Amino acid sequence: MTTPKIPVTEDELHAYVDNELPAERSSDVEAWLATHPDDAARVQSWRTMAEALHARYDSVLDEAVPKRLELERLERQPRRWIYAAVAATLLAFVAGGGVGWIARGATAAPSAFQSFTLDALDAHRLYVVEVRHPVEVPGSERAHLQQWLTKRCGWDVRAPDLAGLKLVGGRLLPGPSGPASFLMYESASGERFTVYTAKAETEATQMRYSAQGGDGALYWADRGVAYVVSGGSDRGRLTQVAQAVYDQMEKSGG
Amino acid sequence: MIPALRRYARALARDADIADDLVQDTLVRALRSERLFLGGDLRSWLYTILTNLNKNRRRSLARRPQFMPLLDNNADASGTEAEGRDIARALSTLVEEQRSVLLLVMLEGMSYREVADIQGVPIGTVMSRLARARAHVKAALDGERPALRRVK
Repeated sequence: MTTPKIPVTEDELHAYVDNELPAERSSDVEAWLATHPDDAARVQSWRTMAEALHARYDSVLDEAVPKRLELERLERQPRRWIYAAVAATLLAFVAGGGVGWIARGATAAPSAFQSFTLDALDAHRLYVVEVRHPVEVPGSERAHLQQWLTKRCGWDVRAPDLAGLKLVGGRLLPGPSGPASFLMYESASGERFTVYTAKAETEATQMRYSAQGGDGALYWADRGVAYVVSGGSDRGRLTQVAQAVYDQMEKSGG
Repeated sequence: MIPALRRYARALARDADIADDLVQDTLVRALRSERLFLGGDLRSWLYTILTNLNKNRRRSLARRPQFMPLLDNNADASGTEAEGRDIARALSTLVEEQRSVLLLVMLEGMSYREVADIQGVPIGTVMSRLARARAHVKAALDGERPALRRVK
């Protein structure tokens, strides 16, 4: 084992734990930790601390948001357009921080967020690699597709128009609590996104992000329907697509 | 977004009602302001408002005589686990800006840059606050167990 030429500083140990170190220096720190058990123990204690914080406070994320924090109640201003725009951003904005915790089995009973997200990601992974039969009904038959899925699922299934993305088509899937609709979109460069919807117990929730392997997913529920938009690991791009889906669902249903 | 803000507020203020008051005030301010339309990162901005509101709250508390509870016996419904109480108690012993840095980095997953913007300080200050906060919490956690044993 080679010991790094430049000694690792206290600041670098922190930066290492917080993923703030450049990759090349990270491997130096790893080598350093292998030969400096005291520092290794400290780094481990910080990780344990982070786990304790999540174990203690992540349950807040699954609590129902109290009525007094509902945006409609907070503000009734004459400048409605500003209010509406800010409220939409607030609602759609992703709850950060909890990323990655879904895959770690941090909670014993899977929440709706977890079960829907895992189902949607499974479907996403299964079908995005399909070249010849990714969907049952092609996007060219959009009206028929929407009609069929609406009839089978029991709520109004709309295939949103997404800028820069073409509707490949859709299919019907078994969901956690009944049928689920599954729509696939593709960009000119072949990047694929899927929109999964299923009946949810919850009336409405905030958007939540999770990542698994090279795939990311954003989950939210609105008016008793759960949505999961899945795509690649580019979180910014995924958020953009999910936001567009959210906006159109909001418009069509509102 | 709101659940994550509530989580941060809960850890910052300990008391669930005070935490939700903070979130409510933060949202009201955000909705009243047009600053959003000048661009910038909404998430950081909301955390900035909440962090400042909590600082102001503590400042106004400090002016009054203190009757702080000695034990963390308020509505910590989900913290029945001993580990949860330990970490909450250890947090409560931190000074305000160190607690905020620790939570923003370790719980909310923010970068040093974002935290520096939220607190309005250079990155170096964020890093030294974080280092001190971690050392302090570690000492509190390590020290607590022997102390409890002695009581037995």
